[in-house]
Amino acid sequence: MNLTLSRPSPPVIRDETAAVTVHDLTVAYRDAPVLWDVDLTIPTGTLTAVIGPNGAGKSTMLKAILGLVPVAAGTVEIFGHTSAKQRQLVGYVPQRGSVDWNFPTSALDVVTMGTYGQLGWFRRPGKAEHERAMHSLEQVGMADFAHRQISQLSGGQQQRVFLARALVQDAELYFMDEPFVGVDAQTERAIVTLLQTLRSQGKTVICVHHDLESAPEYFDWLVLLNVRKIASGPFREIFTADNLAKTYGGNTNLLKLREHEATAQ
Amino acid sequence: MSLLHDLIFDYTLRNVALGAMLLGIVSGVLGSFAVLRRQGLLGDTLSHAALPGICVAFMLTNSRSPIILLIGAGIAGWLGTMLLLRVVRDTKLTEDTTLGVILSVFFGVGILLLTYIQQQNNANQAGLDRYLFGQAASLVARNVVTFAILGALALAIVVACYKEFKLLSFDPLFAASIGLPTRGLDILLTSLLVVAVMIGLQTVGVVLMAAMVIGPGAAARQWTNHLHIMLVLAACFGAVAGVSGAVISVQASRLPTGPMIVLALTIIVLISILFAPTHGLVPDRVRRRRQRRNLHANGLPAVAPEAQG
Repeated sequence: MNLTLSRPSPPVIRDETAAVTVHDLTVAYRDAPVLWDVDLTIPTGTLTAVIGPNGAGKSTMLKAILGLVPVAAGTVEIFGHTSAKQRQLVGYVPQRGSVDWNFPTSALDVVTMGTYGQLGWFRRPGKAEHERAMHSLEQVGMADFAHRQISQLSGGQQQRVFLARALVQDAELYFMDEPFVGVDAQTERAIVTLLQTLRSQGKTVICVHHDLESAPEYFDWLVLLNVRKIASGPFREIFTADNLAKTYGGNTNLLKLREHEATAQ
Repeated sequence: MSLLHDLIFDYTLRNVALGAMLLGIVSGVLGSFAVLRRQGLLGDTLSHAALPGICVAFMLTNSRSPIILLIGAGIAGWLGTMLLLRVVRDTKLTEDTTLGVILSVFFGVGILLLTYIQQQNNANQAGLDRYLFGQAASLVARNVVTFAILGALALAIVVACYKEFKLLSFDPLFAASIGLPTRGLDILLTSLLVVAVMIGLQTVGVVLMAAMVIGPGAAARQWTNHLHIMLVLAACFGAVAGVSGAVISVQASRLPTGPMIVLALTIIVLISILFAPTHGLVPDRVRRRRQRRNLHANGLPAVAPEAQG
């Protein structure tokens, strides 16, 4: 099945253009800066982890790149153009907790929402859209749950429904906000397989991630963020004790202090 | 059969029943979205905010024509809502706080203006206070036709933008990420709720309108897990409550129509909460009891020895 045929705008040349370029990005909620002067280039075809402590602005950065929050300063480009122009190339997995899972709808229905962007105004999803949604559900191992009311799914299953919805968008660049949080082992494996499949297809994935232990295994590009960008680049080069200490600043000090106390006793 | 005869041939009853039915359908559908978006209080704020609009419209035109007054109500309700969306976005106040503040401020101003108008010895003002609790008997055929046109327009927009409204209600972030103008859609959906409130003010009044917004959707949610079915059910529940309330109040007694409609709706909501097959409290209790009995009859499932520690 060649899904790219149905896309209205042709994909932009990938290899030479960076997937995401961010210049001097600053975002503030009221007076407090959430992101400060972030410069960033994420090459096409990478699996990127965005890592940092709570309140570091990781989710906000994704939203700012997608154009979902007002930006105080700076510019964002997706494959060389503004994000508003490149919506057809972008898939988005919001945090699972950002929606009400009691909403009266089925898993298949939620995944079908991924086709709305290509459908455009007023057109209803039909048989073709439901088949594509079903195919995406199969890819995340959720085909058996297609007609379940979404509140009857476990947290991990809900997460896989969200991933399937992004898959059906058939994007070149995926933004995933904490897809690994609170999921079961089966879902974690499903996500990892999916990430690798996407990379083998030349897609780019940017994930907000929490778990420092699993990160080196899953990702090949790293952005360390704590309001400012601390460092970014190939995962192994950037994932150093020094950089992590800079990113988690106070917390690591606290840990060391506790170690000292423990040895003193 | 005399009831059917009266519904068709009794001028007052026909208008009241039709008006109440239209109100039930439109507020049921749009109220369902408000319920799902956790904006149940929005209808309450909107209708209370409409009162000063009615008063100002009267003071400017010295006319009691329902159309003019409802336009005033619509504008004031809409302004109140825009103010609400603005305050929630730009301040640290939460939505429920803001809803409460706007509701009471607008309603307070409305009562103030109403009292002022009543003290002016203007012979024309009599009956303006009917908008507080509604007076369905004052509905004439022309009003009902206006309601039908307004309601049909509102429903046509919901049908046309069904998929957009659905996505906006379920996941506004994702909706924005695919390029939907979520703020515009939000304003559109809220404005349609203003239309529903305009249709309801003459029939059930400012104070009870909230019930017509929340009730049908809350009842419908109990019976189904599909949005489109929920919307259709809410329209039916609203219509049934409207017609039966109207019939009881006009036929059987001198009871006011608005409260009768709300009472009829309350019964529907109660039945739904108690007896709806999947979400109802009674079927749920029965299911649990059956489970417990099975558990007792068959014993506990075997526990692995290592798990017993």
